[in-house]
Amino acid sequence: MTWYLLRRLGAVVTVLLVLSAIVYALFYLTPGDPAVLACGRGCNAERLALTREKLGLAEPVYAQYWHFLEGLVAGRDYAAGPDVDHCAAPCLGYSFQSDQPVLQLITSRFPVSLSLAFGAEVVALLLGVSAGLLSALRQGRPEERLLTGVTLVGYATPVFLVGLLLLMVFCAYLQWLPFPAYVPLTENPGEWARNLILPWAALGLIQAAVFARITRAGALETLVEDHIRTFRAYGLRERQVIRRHALRGALTPLITITAVEVAQMMTASVLTETMFGLPGVGRLTVESVGSVDLPVVVGVTLLAGTAVVLSNAVADVLSAVADPRVKLI
Amino acid sequence: MTPVLSVRDLRIRFGSQEAVKGVSFELAEGEALGVVGESGSGKSSLALALLGLHTDAEVTGEIRAAGTDVLAASPEELRRLRGGGVAMVFQDPLSSLDPFLRVGDQIAEVYRAHTGASRKEAAAKAVQVLDRVGIPDAARRARAHPHEFSGGMRQRALIAMALALEPRVLVADEPTTALDVTVQARLLDLLDDLRADTGMALLLVSHDFGVVARTADRVLVMRDGEAVEQGPVAQVLRDPRADYTRELLAAVPRVDAPSGRTREITGEPLLTVTGLRRDFVSGPPLRRRAVAAVDDVAFQVRRGETLGIVGESGSGKSTLARLIVRLLEPTAGTVEVAGDGRRRDVQMVFQDPGASLNPRRTVGDAIAEPLRVHGEPEPEKTARELMARVGLDPGRYGAYPHEFSGGQRQRVGIARALALRPRLLVCDEPVTALDVSTQAQVLGLLAELQEEFDLTLVFISHDLAVVRQVSDRVAVMRDGRIVELADAGELYGSPAHPYTKELLAAVPRL
Repeated sequence: MTWYLLRRLGAVVTVLLVLSAIVYALFYLTPGDPAVLACGRGCNAERLALTREKLGLAEPVYAQYWHFLEGLVAGRDYAAGPDVDHCAAPCLGYSFQSDQPVLQLITSRFPVSLSLAFGAEVVALLLGVSAGLLSALRQGRPEERLLTGVTLVGYATPVFLVGLLLLMVFCAYLQWLPFPAYVPLTENPGEWARNLILPWAALGLIQAAVFARITRAGALETLVEDHIRTFRAYGLRERQVIRRHALRGALTPLITITAVEVAQMMTASVLTETMFGLPGVGRLTVESVGSVDLPVVVGVTLLAGTAVVLSNAVADVLSAVADPRVKLI
Repeated sequence: MTPVLSVRDLRIRFGSQEAVKGVSFELAEGEALGVVGESGSGKSSLALALLGLHTDAEVTGEIRAAGTDVLAASPEELRRLRGGGVAMVFQDPLSSLDPFLRVGDQIAEVYRAHTGASRKEAAAKAVQVLDRVGIPDAARRARAHPHEFSGGMRQRALIAMALALEPRVLVADEPTTALDVTVQARLLDLLDDLRADTGMALLLVSHDFGVVARTADRVLVMRDGEAVEQGPVAQVLRDPRADYTRELLAAVPRVDAPSGRTREITGEPLLTVTGLRRDFVSGPPLRRRAVAAVDDVAFQVRRGETLGIVGESGSGKSTLARLIVRLLEPTAGTVEVAGDGRRRDVQMVFQDPGASLNPRRTVGDAIAEPLRVHGEPEPEKTARELMARVGLDPGRYGAYPHEFSGGQRQRVGIARALALRPRLLVCDEPVTALDVSTQAQVLGLLAELQEEFDLTLVFISHDLAVVRQVSDRVAVMRDGRIVELADAGELYGSPAHPYTKELLAAVPRL
């Protein structure tokens, strides 16, 4: 287990290094003057020169990348004459447009995105697992066809369409819910949830479709296995056979797919946050792309990459916990 | 004595196919009835019906088990009967337990479902029954998961699960088929013990006449869903009334009868194995260790001879086979085939004829492929001739493996192995997956082909009786080593090594 974790950590670091190099290359070596891009809108000649010096663009490319890596580990100072902007480790870069380190920008938006993702995941798991289990148990009957149809439609519908429909029905037409505006959980938990219900539903429904299909496949596979027959033959109630034994078999693929879906979730949350006007990391990304605030785009991409790689590693460890036969070597 | 189980005119129908066609029998308290039949005879369908476990079959007739009318029972009555009145032990002990849960917890769960005992009582009961079925250190082993148990221990755990509920009838469907002979012998002893202790009746379903003869009081012979014969074991064995029983008994290979092979083998050695060793490395880094699957093995096989190799699972016999045909490279030692040592001179016949043929290619293609690879002229014509030679209709060249029976598929496997006219044929458990009557036919075919093609055979099997019937000399393997190698008659008649003696003593005899 220790060995496994060490090796896995090594892999994570390698993947992130490669990813950072690619991202760095893409954004800093594309045609155009990086200083102009980093300087952003409302740039004048003086600011441009300052930015160029601060970014160290006079140096060769590999040295720039090296400084970037150094910044990640030890932090760095962006200095041009007397004007010094300090960026503490881990330094993902510095946004000259908002005059803040990138990491600080991201962390200030992070609770919003976490609230959204957490709630959506709960919705997705509850709906998806129950729908999947139900359609496995009713295999071949009309209920199953209906459920399968609904999940396929859910999977195929883009999140902005679902979100728009939800907004139209619940905010505009029925007026049951306010138009979402983020209220921090620490301020008012009730309002926090009330405002997030629609975004959760929009993002969760799409994920639920995936979970439903995975659960259905896993449960169907387990239901025909010999040990299910054993427990039926030993007089366990059907409910217990399913809850204790059949659902358990669907758990491992579910863990794996949840990790894979983290990436999907992040893409979808960019749309969801924009659509519902939530000030999360997703919207930060969209804004940064719009205003060509490249350090922020690079930082968000790297963090997203880290999240995907780490969640897959966590899923592997969890699978081993869930399935005693899996050995982590 | 009133029977604990009585079955009258039982019919089981799957769609338009009738799997069981009017079977009747009774089982008294403490009695053991063996149900014998080949695959497709309906014996497993019969066993499942006793507990009302068929979901997609139409079951008619009458089944009274432990006081319950199974076919008319309510779901709750059936639930109580299952485990409580009639318990069942299945063939494959690995897949019959939930891989995710601890063995003790599974037994406790079933116990609680029937008795409503507390968690603590149930856990104690689980340890108690595991101990009773001979699991050493039961309190600790109860916390293990099924994959940490050996095959024999898993089967014991399943019997323990049954035992916890004190059923009046135990239905065992091929309980020892997946186990080694020595493990099988101990498990059958355990069943005898439990029957004597608790007075429960036993219905033992098996394809193996030997197992039934050893354990049962009475036997029911099934064929195509019908009971062709029923009676006390001794009488059926001595004086079978039905022709089918007679054929079946004649086909069973005997471990205690000489093979009638009295050939003088005088040829030159064709295969020479010296100091052969193969290591497999496993474990985490820094703690990697090499396990020798085959260790210091040496023997010679003369031209035209058949060397039988017997051993239990894990003895290294399959690794040895793969080393001989060079599917594996040895860690140390040599395998030499006399002559120019061409790879085509050595071919292999595999155990599972279903799995060793590509399901998406026609059988004709499968046989012709080695010929094409080696650039032989007219591969298709040769393949058709080979099909005819192994007893298959050459007209079925374009048919796919699933359209053939198990025995026919093994014939395809043999034809494919013969395509390149090898001099040495390595057969790894070639008849293990086949019914006894089919087994006899395939073994007969191999013997004929050996004469005709001047073949030298290495015949590997866990089945001591089969090996005796086909071999000139026999090697016994254990833990990667050959513990004894002698002429077949000598080895079976007066075994020298204690392990050989143990193996021979464990084989159930007719």
